[in-house]
This record gives sequence, C-alpha cells and structure tokens, in this order.
Amino acid sequence: LTWGLRWQLLASASYDDTVKLYREEEDDWVCCATLEGHDSTVWSVAFERGGQRLASCSDDRTVRVWQRLEPGAQEGVACGSPNPTWKCVCTLSGYHSRTIYDVAWCHLTGALATACGDDAIRVFEENAASPQQPPTFSLTAHVPRAHSQDVNCVAWNPKEPGLLASCSDDGDIALWQYQRPEG
Amino acid sequence: DIIRTIRDPEKPNTLEELEVVTESCVEVNEIGEEEYLVIIRFTPTVPHCSLATLIGLCLRIKLQRCLPFRHKLEIYISEGTHSTEEDINKQINDKERVAAAMENPNLREIVEQCVTEPD
Repeated sequence: LTWGLRWQLLASASYDDTVKLYREEEDDWVCCATLEGHDSTVWSVAFERGGQRLASCSDDRTVRVWQRLEPGAQEGVACGSPNPTWKCVCTLSGYHSRTIYDVAWCHLTGALATACGDDAIRVFEENAASPQQPPTFSLTAHVPRAHSQDVNCVAWNPKEPGLLASCSDDGDIALWQYQRPEG
Repeated sequence: DIIRTIRDPEKPNTLEELEVVTESCVEVNEIGEEEYLVIIRFTPTVPHCSLATLIGLCLRIKLQRCLPFRHKLEIYISEGTHSTEEDINKQINDKERVAAAMENPNLREIVEQCVTEPD
C-alpha cells in the first residue's frame, strides 16, 4: 500500500496482478482505478513526488510507470466520468533476473530504486524528456550482490539526497549512498 | 537425493516411489559465483489442487533446509498435468504464501511429517 497526492489517493499492489487506486467519497473509500498490465503479482507501488505518476514492480520482473490523465483526456472515454484514468507510459524490462519485491521513488531527486530477488539493488533515472514523447529511464547503478539473499525493501531518505536503505531475507539492513552519474 | 525420500502426504510411499519426482525432473544451473538455480518439475499423482500445492510446499521446505550451497529455487508442476497449473505454480513460488502456509499449525505438521527422514 502507498499514499499519494497528500493522502488523497491510496494505491494497493496485489497478487491478482493489478494495482488499484482508491479515493475518498462521502464517508467511505472507493476504488477509482484499476491498473492492468503486469503478468504476475504486483509486489509494490510508489508515487512520484507530484502524485501524477506511479511506479509498480512485479513478479513478472518488470517495473511499470503509470501516468495520471485528467478525465476526458483519452479518446473513447465516456463523457461525464469523474475519475482520472491511468496509462502505462513506460515498462522497464530485461534488467531484473528475478521477482522485484519493492520500488521506491525518491522525492528529492526523482531516482527510482528497486529491490530484487536476485539479491541486487538497481537505480534508474529518467532521461531528459522530449515533449510529447513517453518517458524513458536508464539504469544508472547496479549492485549485484547488495545482500546475500533476496532484497525485500528499499527506501530513500526523505531529507538526505542519495541515501538509500535496503533490507533482505539475509537479516541485514544496509545503508547506501547513491551518487548520480556525472554528465 | 534430498527430495527422493519425501513422503507423499496421502500415501505411505515416497515421492520417488510414486514417480512424482525423478532424477530427470531436476535441473541445476550455475547463475553466479557458487550460486545455483535449482528447478524442480514434479508430477502430482492426482489432479487435486490442494495436494499439488502441499507437495510443492514439502519440496521447497526440504530443499531450503538441506541444500548446502547458495541457491534460488523454482518449483513447477510439469506441463499438462493439471488444469490450474498456472495458478498452482504461482502459489508455490510465492514466498509470502509459503511463509503463511508454514504458520498454519496443521499444514506445518503435515509438511514436517513428510520431510522428516526416517530413523
């Protein structure tokens, strides 16, 4: 589970291969979007700082980035629908050799970190955006044996840029300093 | 050798005797420095969902405990032996579901009985 948009939005990652989003309506919370696309269990979700994009990671060994679209922005959507829709705008595949258990989106630097069942930690950064083009990400760091067993979680420090914590089935918590590559 | 003596949850025979596992169903590949990927494909005796997941669980627990080298483990129902094999394969390879199953005292007891070596 993760909160976004200053706690107005809740996202859940599921064994049913989907991500669901919830918002408050009257005194209850209702599901306002279902994100389909992953081929297996979604283990974790992370919002970008502005809350307009969401990253999800899965047992299918990919990370997907979803973009929030205002209602009516997509052709073919029925008029009068009050809910924004979410579209998958990027899929990172071929980088991870086993299940990805966690993804974290740094609110200071925009970097994406992943925790993988192949014992590695990876960091991705977004490439300079061409207007109207979907976003692309490059792998900027890869620690192959970050732990001696599955890495289950990664978390960026909210105050210190580049400071990353990870934990593993091996019983360790590790702290890392990520340096954004020059040039 | 580690898995051949696991007992079937329902019958008084081992998985090898019932041909649920055979030597040829085991695949071991080196994936790093002294680290191996172990893949087991087993054939359940009956197309019963709960038995298949139970056998998968026994295989995983026994191997996790007994394999002396660093490894990653994948267990699958051999293709075409079950109608819901995708669902079963997903379940038996999900480590949180495996952990949850082992927290169930009844399931845990059955697994322990199946994997314990006879004296």
